[in-house]
Order: sequence, then C-alpha cells, then structure tokens
Amino acid sequence: MGGWAIAVHGGAGVDPNLPKERQEEAKRLLTRCLDIGISALRSNLPAIDVVELVVRELETDPLFNSGRGSALTEKGTVEMEASIMDGPKRRCGAVSGLTTVKNPVSLARLVMDKTPHSYLAFAGAEEFARTQGVELVDNGYFITEDNVGMLKLAKEANSILFDYRVPTLGTCCIGVGAALESPIQMNGLPISVYAPETVGCVVVDKEGRCAAATSTGGLMNKMNGRIGDSPLIGSGTYACELVGVSCTGEGEAIIRSTLAREVAAVMEYKGLNLQEAVDNVIKYRLDEGKAGVIAVSKNGEVACGFNTTGMFRGCATEDGFREVGVW
Amino acid sequence: MGWAIAIHGGAGDIPLSLPPEKRLPREAGLRRCLEVGIAALKARNHPLDVVELVVRELENHPNFNAGKGSVLTTSGTVEMEASIMDGKTMKCGAVSGVSTVVNAISLARLVMEKTPHIYLAFDGAEAFAREQGLETVEMSHFITPENIERLKQAQEADRVQIDYTQPIQKETPKDAAVADGDSQIGTVGCVAVDNEGNLATATSTGGLVNKMVGRIGDTPVIGAGTYANHLCAVSATGRGEAIIRGTVARDVAAVMEFKGISLKEAAAYVIDRVPPGTAGLITVSSTGEITMPFNTTGMFRACATEDGYSEIAIWDSPSK
Repeated sequence: MGGWAIAVHGGAGVDPNLPKERQEEAKRLLTRCLDIGISALRSNLPAIDVVELVVRELETDPLFNSGRGSALTEKGTVEMEASIMDGPKRRCGAVSGLTTVKNPVSLARLVMDKTPHSYLAFAGAEEFARTQGVELVDNGYFITEDNVGMLKLAKEANSILFDYRVPTLGTCCIGVGAALESPIQMNGLPISVYAPETVGCVVVDKEGRCAAATSTGGLMNKMNGRIGDSPLIGSGTYACELVGVSCTGEGEAIIRSTLAREVAAVMEYKGLNLQEAVDNVIKYRLDEGKAGVIAVSKNGEVACGFNTTGMFRGCATEDGFREVGVW
Repeated sequence: MGWAIAIHGGAGDIPLSLPPEKRLPREAGLRRCLEVGIAALKARNHPLDVVELVVRELENHPNFNAGKGSVLTTSGTVEMEASIMDGKTMKCGAVSGVSTVVNAISLARLVMEKTPHIYLAFDGAEAFAREQGLETVEMSHFITPENIERLKQAQEADRVQIDYTQPIQKETPKDAAVADGDSQIGTVGCVAVDNEGNLATATSTGGLVNKMVGRIGDTPVIGAGTYANHLCAVSATGRGEAIIRGTVARDVAAVMEFKGISLKEAAAYVIDRVPPGTAGLITVSSTGEITMPFNTTGMFRACATEDGYSEIAIWDSPSK
C-alpha cells in the first residue's frame, strides 16, 4: 500500500469488430502515455501536473476523441471540453466549447489556477485563452478524415434510426449497412460509428495526492453547444483527498448518475474500498446507461470498471503492476 | 403526507440593515411566487410543471438575480443559466450563456424533453430556443439600473484590490467579497413534492457580478446547484465555485442514502462542509419534509406544506 499509481483511458464503448491493427495502435498509444506518466511520477512531479501532461499527450495524438481527432458536431466543426481536479483542496477547472485551443486540458488548468472561477466556456473561454498566450490553431487542425467519414455515417444512421425506415442496401453505404447488423448502440448510435467519447487520466503521487483530468470532443453529430459529462465536476471528473476519478461513455447517463462523485461518495460514506466502489457504481448507479470508470486511491491503488463492450485503458502502480487493455 | 414546496431568491451577505425599499419588494415577490406554486400543487399539477412555473415567475421578477434583474458580466452583458431535474425519472436539462431568452428555465426544460442531450450553451442554446419558438427579446430587457450600479461598484473594488496586491491572481482570495454585500445574491430556485412523492427541482441565475464572460457557475451543473432523485429535490445558491467543488446538491441525497440520516441532518451536514459564507440550499423529501439551511448572513426563502404551514424569511428563523 502507498506509492504512486496511474490509470489512463481512451474511451469506453468499443466496436467488437474493430480491426486488430486499430486495437494495436490504441494499445501503443496508451502504453506511451502510461510511460510518460510513470516517468513524471518517478521524477516526483505532483499528481496534478502528471494528469495534465498525460492528457495533453492524448489530446495531441489524433487517435482518440479529444483535441486533434475529436468527434464532430452536426455542422462538421469541433467543440472541445475538458476538466481537471486537484484532490487535496478539491480545486478544479473546466472548459467547454473550445474551437482553437490546441490543448483544452491545459486551458482548464489555467482556469483553475489563474481565475476566480471554475468553469469558462465558448467565446469567453477562447478569449481567456488568447490572454494567456496558449497555443491556438485553426479549427481545421482538429478535424481528421476519419471523423469526417464517421460524421457522414452517423447522420445516415441517425436519420434511419429516428425515421424507423428499413434501409435499402443499394442506396446505403456499406458502413451503415454493417452498422445496422450490429445491435450494440451507444447514445443512439450504432457502435461502429460511435466514437468513444473521451480520454482521461487519474494519478496518485508518492505523497498520496490524487488528481484527475478528462478531455473530449464529445458526441459524434452532437448539436452545436451541447455540453457532455467531461467538463462537469462530479460527473466526468472528480478528485478529493481519497480518490481521483475519470469517466467515459454515455455523457447523459454519467451526468444523471453523477458518476465520478459517486465513486468517492460510496468510499467516504459507505466505507467501500476502491475496487468495490468502482464495481458498485458501475453495477448499481447507471440504470440503462453505459459507461466506464478509472480511479486511483490515496493508498496507491488503481481500479477500472465498465459495463460497455470494452474500454481503452492502461494502468500501473509503483509496486510493478501494469496492464494495457481494450476488452 | 401531502405536498410541499420551497423557494429561494438567493443566499448571501444580505445585511441585517437591508433598507425596506430593498427588502419589501423581495418579500412580496417570494410571497407571490409561493402562492403561484401552492395553487399549482393544489390543482394537482406535476411537480416538474410546478417548479418550472414558479421559477419563471422568479425570473420575471426584477429584484432577483435571474432572468430580468440578472447580474452583469464584466462586459456589462447578461449570460443566464438554469437547470431542471425530475426526481423520479432523473431526467434533467440545463442551459448556459443565454442572453435573449426570456425564461431560461423553460429552455432547460425543452433541452431535457426535445433533444437527446442534457445541456446546451451559448450560441447553440440560443439557436435551439429560436427553433423551438421560445420568447426572445433584446438583452437590454434583462438589465436593471441596480445591476448596472452593482457592476460599477464591483469593478471599482477590483481596481482597488489590483492596486494594492500583486500578483493579481495569486493574492486575490478566490472568495473575495464584493464591495456591496447585497450583490452576493445569486440565483432563484424551487423544489416541490406532490402527495405521491414525485419530486422536482429547478434553479436559475444571472451568475456572479462582474464575472468573466463565459463563466459558468453551479446552477447548470447537475449535482452541484441542482439535483433530484427518489429521496429528495435540492436547489442550491451562493458562491458557485464552492458549490461545484462541494457537489452540494448531490451530496444531500447521497448523505441521506448512505448515512441513513434525515433530510434535515443531511442538508445541515452538507452546508457545514462548505466554507462559511458561501452557500445555502432548499430541499424537500419524498415524504414532504422541508429544510432550508444556509451558512451565509441570510437567504431569501419561503416554503409551505399541505397541512397549512408556511413561512417567508430572510435571516435566521427559529423554524429553520
């Protein structure tokens, strides 16, 4: 017991038909991020710095749904959000509606450290970013060809799902046809076009300080202005003296169940340990919602839980435990 | 059992010396809005409809910090936010950055009922409001002379602090009080339960005086300013940043459930754990109990139960 621990995730809800090559690519990225975090922890960087560092890496890589590689809004643009929380005093920062900020998690950190507020969004957040001199890019930087294709499929799938039309295979693209064969859905989209929603990192350092950070482009084909769970303290992200938590999955379900706070609450008020707490909230607090959770405790433990088909994740502890997985 | 309803018009550093011309219109406003809620409950409207109706009334009242009468951002603009939640279904809706919609709480309800999402903000929320045909007006409709004055005082106070402290951000305490104690008032809210135990909550606000443009507080954050489940419905008010960090609304229900204590004990426990002078809340339970604790100087509030009890108060009262 004691010592550092770290967990990262690249989203819950994975298409069971995801090509092996993509799975390997994801595992390589998770491994790389884990190593970055571990190296930082060994250099005695505090937990709050480590989670920011690791999430920046996940945002910069286009593979997962955050920063570059974010899911697209219904208009084909990118609107990103993130939050970060520092366990010891429960300081927090969050941002939503970012369109030009290269690393949303770092702006969330600046909101926490440099303003009297906890949460800034849209034009106000972008303006703050400018005054802070953070790196800004064109919205186009975040958009990948993959996601442009996914958006098209999502729109087709949505119109079919909502109109209850039976598709004629001749007119539908193959992607949608295949999508409809798979019964797995998340947030109303077939799993093959649903982009797992977020990335996140939780860390406890050698001093027992916990921190958590989450970042996302949000739901594919979302309405412009839609805010999900990732920037909401208590829903997508939470950290206190006991624990650091980051969630991913169906945003609306995570909000409704205040999932991240729930992990800490059952530990605090019911005396559950970390793994029990994670298992408990996944099993009992989600109703029909689908989500995944990563968490670390001040005692150097790490735990993951999910009721989705897969969650991209990696975790490690100071005493040598290490695991990177998808299923 | 029977129905129960509580409303608030904001917790804060409300001076005991509040002059009658500021106190009386607010008491009258609380009284009227309470009556609207009571009538709706007596007519057997669902609590979700009741809380929306009452908060609409509070938003329209110019002396509370919501809708008309909202406090101003540092740019002198209005950015309103609101959220609503149904305890039985746990469905919820929230909006932020609304500047032209007459009743933000109704927009939050539409997000809940007419979109696959929970929370819409800024341009996206405004566009949705227009699509839905909600009443919109020029932003000037919401701006009152009192709030222009409050902003002026707040900005002068900041200017003085900036002169005396450096570096600005690190030394200025996050909870720095603004010159005019009266300006700490934040939000309006309503919680209600019918005689079948159906619970609902709604909260609405203009936010913090002199807030940064784009600042979001606790009001639209489910679990912070607003929360309802099968046990209780909660609406919080005060210093948004403290309420977010303290996940105040969610914790009341969590503590009731996990520690097995009463509504009153749970609410007091939660308020005790946020820094003094930062929060208040109103809450009703599924069995018709009400409690309205606060750790600020005062909280504009009112409540009533089916068995005839009713109360309107600002500062401490024996039956708190």
